[in-house]
Amino acid sequence: MGLFRKSHTKKMPENDIIVMKDVTKTYSTGAPALDGIDLTIHKGEFVFIVGDNGSGKTTLIKLLLHELLPTSGEIYVNGQDITRLRSRQIPIYRRNLGVVFQDFRLLKDRNVYENVAFAQRIIQVPGRLIKKNVPNVLSLVGLAGKYKAKPKQLSGGEQQRVAIARALINRPPILLADEPTGNLDPKISWEIMKLLEQINQKGTTVIVVTHNKEIVNEMQKRVITMRKGVIVSDEEKGGYIDED
Amino acid sequence: MKISTLFYVLKQGIKNIFRNAWFSLASMATISACLLLFGILFAVVANFQNMVKTAEEGVSITVFFEEGISEAKIQAIGDLIVKRTEVRKATYISAEEAWESFKDDYLGEYSDGFTENPLADSAHYEIYLSDVSLQGNLVTYLESLEGVRKINKSEITATTLSGVNALIGYVSVGIIIILFAVSIFLISNTVTIGISVRKEEINIMKYIGATDFFVRAPFVIECIIIGAIGSMLPMVLIYGIYNNVVQYVEDKFQVLSRILNFLPASEIFRFLIPVSLILGIGIGFLGSFTTVRKHLKV
Repeated sequence: MGLFRKSHTKKMPENDIIVMKDVTKTYSTGAPALDGIDLTIHKGEFVFIVGDNGSGKTTLIKLLLHELLPTSGEIYVNGQDITRLRSRQIPIYRRNLGVVFQDFRLLKDRNVYENVAFAQRIIQVPGRLIKKNVPNVLSLVGLAGKYKAKPKQLSGGEQQRVAIARALINRPPILLADEPTGNLDPKISWEIMKLLEQINQKGTTVIVVTHNKEIVNEMQKRVITMRKGVIVSDEEKGGYIDED
Repeated sequence: MKISTLFYVLKQGIKNIFRNAWFSLASMATISACLLLFGILFAVVANFQNMVKTAEEGVSITVFFEEGISEAKIQAIGDLIVKRTEVRKATYISAEEAWESFKDDYLGEYSDGFTENPLADSAHYEIYLSDVSLQGNLVTYLESLEGVRKINKSEITATTLSGVNALIGYVSVGIIIILFAVSIFLISNTVTIGISVRKEEINIMKYIGATDFFVRAPFVIECIIIGAIGSMLPMVLIYGIYNNVVQYVEDKFQVLSRILNFLPASEIFRFLIPVSLILGIGIGFLGSFTTVRKHLKV
């Protein structure tokens, strides 16, 4: 993709989309938030990252988003070491990630259409294509009829669907969802998780950070459990492991 | 960058003004208030300086010559005088012209009794200075010239005028510096608060891969427009106030019409409008550019 300098690319198994090698992140306050994390996520996987508060889940997501840099270790996304990106390369890298947050993070003063279209505008997609793509992706998330609504006119579940539509419209290979159901009731949470599953089935690698035991246990996907900055369990078709 | 992106960014900048109406109004009001004070101060100072300058232009030195000096010698002295840099204008008044002028001014028909010119030795030069503060230098020079009998000058007027001029200069520069410091503080605070409220919006844009340019440009455009409008509002106000005040003072204090020599509004605004516009736009640009930069590190 021409984004990385050659010396910072590495030949990885073709199926590995995210590789973290001995990644440690220590904040200035003291104890490491992440301590020697080794993790590989394959293309097309659906992965839950679970753990209690302070276990390092959010730090891990922030590292993948390049919001933070690790204290040590290497992070490869699509075979490229993202810890060595130049600042002007960061926006281009982030376009490979679709991001969904617990609090939706929509632009409040813009309607549904504009919120989703914004992700295309920043990569300078021609207007006529935006007009075609936005209704398509809104149909996918079940919001075709609400494109004129402002975020505050939508329910929590609908807002999260808009956020997912925005995350998907540029067809990123990876979708990061940080507590996507944290602000939603159980029924809506299930709808959102089903939507994420559908997206995964179309080939997108989906990584979901969550506290929701029921969903994790029910969906039978790969579950990575973190505790005090280390991975304590990594199971295919796993379940939620309580700290107790 | 594509033209469509440029238009999008421009459109967003304009839309932002309406989306954040309170911020826009507060910023415009702050810029307007500061530039209103600046404009009024400038109009007052410019008029004071103009009045002092007019008064200075009236200050002259008169040089009289020794008895029996030849016209050729007077001409030679005149040539030396006009070459001096302190001299703006030098007019030669012959003894005959001096007598004619005196008769016209004071004697009228009673001058018939004079058969000879009583002002026979009163040929002189009236010298107007380019800068009254240089009067001392010129007088010293004139005193050193052979053939010069007497020099009439007004030391007090020259000293007072050049003192007033300098004082106005220093005071106005001082006030303008203070005013600017206060304005920049107020405006940057308003912009900082206005943009900090939208920190989340900036974060969202950054998370989904917007470049710094794409995030910053609409904010900068918004603040430039606010700055431009904010700088023009006080101009309209000052224009109205200025013309009315000048008219009022001229009507009310006609006795002082020789001293109260006001500049025409066009003279004031020829300078004030571009300066205000540059300041408004400059403050808008710098304020938004630096404030947004703080939030771009996401």
